[in-house]
Amino acid sequence: MSTETITMAGAPMDGSAPAPGVEPDELRVPAPEPVTPVGFFVDLPAFAGPLDLLLSLIRDEKVDIYDIPIARIAKQFLLRIRVLPLNDAAEYLELAARLLRIKAQMLLPRHGEAETWEDPRAELVRRLLEYQQMREVVDILERRGDERRSRFARAYLPEAGELALAPLSLSLGELLTAVDRILRVTKEPTVHTVVARTLDVAGAISLVRSLIVTRRNARWGELVARDAEPWQILSMLLALLELAKLGELRLAQPRPFASVEIEYDSTGETA
Amino acid sequence: MIPLAKLLEAALFASARPIPADELSALAPEVSPAEIASALDTLREHYDVDGHGVELAEIGGGWQILTRAEYTEAIERAQLAARPQRLSAAALETLAIIAYRQPIGRTEVEEIRGVAVGSILKSLQERALIDVVGRAEGLGRPLLYGTTSLFLEQFALRHLEELPRADELAIALRPSPQPL
Repeated sequence: MSTETITMAGAPMDGSAPAPGVEPDELRVPAPEPVTPVGFFVDLPAFAGPLDLLLSLIRDEKVDIYDIPIARIAKQFLLRIRVLPLNDAAEYLELAARLLRIKAQMLLPRHGEAETWEDPRAELVRRLLEYQQMREVVDILERRGDERRSRFARAYLPEAGELALAPLSLSLGELLTAVDRILRVTKEPTVHTVVARTLDVAGAISLVRSLIVTRRNARWGELVARDAEPWQILSMLLALLELAKLGELRLAQPRPFASVEIEYDSTGETA
Repeated sequence: MIPLAKLLEAALFASARPIPADELSALAPEVSPAEIASALDTLREHYDVDGHGVELAEIGGGWQILTRAEYTEAIERAQLAARPQRLSAAALETLAIIAYRQPIGRTEVEEIRGVAVGSILKSLQERALIDVVGRAEGLGRPLLYGTTSLFLEQFALRHLEELPRADELAIALRPSPQPL
């Protein structure tokens, strides 16, 4: 078991207020003690989280996961996270604090029987193993996902925005030529005069009334000729609705898109 | 090919999603599941042996006709279809945990990953790879998440059991945690 210790500069790890005069920078950079040359630069965003970083440190340092030299790993860990902006660093700092706490626990004298002593690293090891296992599943999923992605099924709609259009290459000259061509082929605009047609709802009402009295029931198709003008159709529709509102007839449609059935309402007459 | 295999081929062609065997049975109620299975075998052989650009794959609890991998690049280059986007490492980690521990709550996922996963859960749910499958007992009755059939489909899995069992992975998982 290693007996090395970690020196901490005035940086409180528990989130308490910074001591006056402490640069904000020092908050997230604990103890840059004379740095043993960092072997290589690590791109932190490449890590999926603090456990990922910790696992890769354990691999890089070639240490036994069941006997982690906490001080050494913690030092490496802190070195790597010093470049993180504070926002991203919270989760890393939490684990760093945990490492330091484990180190502190291990320095405490052990009382009692050796069997009852629980390694303070046990919980961390359990989490690391669990995380490592999950990473294996990620590898499997990644492989299977690529396998599936490499084959299309029917009707695989392109996701919106995924197939970006190639940028246009168009010069001003080409644009002007096009405008010129269009102006030359375009004829004088045709002007339509829109004549307002008045609806004849009253006429339609009297038509329906006279029909319904003798026939007792009718269908929409019988009231409106196939070649009816829009104003005739609209007049008839308004007439039917008006008569139904007055209670003189009932409108029914047995199923969607079926012809509307019109029935004389005998109760409406007295009302 | 026997008529049943042709019928299955037509149905599979018409569907954008994998069709489970029991739904295929509904196409021909008088036919036994064993006959359906053998007709599917016939169809698969037909594609594999006679040399077709598509293949029959068993995916997401059902059967689906897929283009062969060697033509993917050409199809994509011609912009006839686009591949679904890759998931980020963080999303994959979250998905892996849910696949193994479902039904599982957000806090448990975060405990394993060591980072917050709220927004990732939301986007995985939007992509219909996971869904809320219930609520845990206890304080706040937190939502529990599980994987969907689209998850199986997108990872070319027949069913969840196709993933290696937890104890088959290099290290044994800890015993399943107490419900929240």
